[in-house]
Amino acid sequence: MLHIVNKSPFDRNSLQSCLRLAQPNDAILMYEDGIYAAFKGTVIENDIQTTLSKCKMYVLKPDFEARGMNEGNVIPGIQSVSYSEFVDLTVQYSPVQAWL
Amino acid sequence: MAIEVNGKTVELDEEGYLVNLSDWSKEAAQMLADQDNLKLTDSHWEVITFLRDYYDEYQIAPAVRVLTKAISKKLGPDKGSSKYLYELFPYGPAKQACRFAGLPKPTGCV
Amino acid sequence: MEESGAIKKFMYLNRKAPYGTIYALESLEVVLIGAAFDQEVSLAFVDDGVYQLKKDQKTTVNSGIGMKDFSKTYRALEDYDIDKLYVEKRSMEARGLREEDFIVPVQIIDSAQLSALMAQQDVILSF
Repeated sequence: MLHIVNKSPFDRNSLQSCLRLAQPNDAILMYEDGIYAAFKGTVIENDIQTTLSKCKMYVLKPDFEARGMNEGNVIPGIQSVSYSEFVDLTVQYSPVQAWL
Repeated sequence: MAIEVNGKTVELDEEGYLVNLSDWSKEAAQMLADQDNLKLTDSHWEVITFLRDYYDEYQIAPAVRVLTKAISKKLGPDKGSSKYLYELFPYGPAKQACRFAGLPKPTGCV
Repeated sequence: MEESGAIKKFMYLNRKAPYGTIYALESLEVVLIGAAFDQEVSLAFVDDGVYQLKKDQKTTVNSGIGMKDFSKTYRALEDYDIDKLYVEKRSMEARGLREEDFIVPVQIIDSAQLSALMAQQDVILSF
């Protein structure tokens, strides 16, 4: 299963619900304002670390570059992906759950 | 609305501003000035170039009072006076010059 | 604003990240329009609003997210005589950001200072 999250973790509880309900071996992709969860030094970094031990996590590069965030500050273990790799993930995993 | 520039159709909005900023060229600027029966001189180009640089740096077309202040700083107080700028652009230095420069109408301009 | 001569204190309170919603851009446009009136203006950045000022935003209209990088416009605010920009320390730190991450000079203030500033305003515009 692929979870996609586009809301800031500091503004909505979408990511928290996603992390709570994601199963081992699921994949989680953060895009749009969801990308803010993928960076070091935030108050939710520990929750992300915990999830990384059971799920694959991805972050959409054009969205974090637009927001001034730097690849070097992505939490290690989260993979940055392009639009076409995003599409590949939606093909690879089924179903897709969008945490709006 | 649209104009033909070197065989290419350039779209304008209902107030005559370019729809796509990337469509701008010097020829397009002169054609827009032709609509106002204005022949662009070096003095006009100086202001148009200034506006394009300002937009490039700040992503906005400045309000008139900001424009006059910024031009004074860069090109000297004579050129930063409203009088000088209104003589060049009788329909308003911000409104009209921005149109020739291919920028959107200044924010807050009605 | 009909009471000419009476300078009022206006604070724009920004709490949303840029791009994901339209609030940040709308706020900035109202700030620029409102600058035509003689008022004492300040901008406060709280919660995800602090992300509006993150430097190095790279948007492109033809690739990437297809939007204008309006973070550059915050640098024009001083031309509009707007120089009171406040960032709440707690919001900044919760997001792993530091003062040098911002595109313009700001004053980092604690929550008590922000409360006090808010209490002094005639009008608070919330975005």
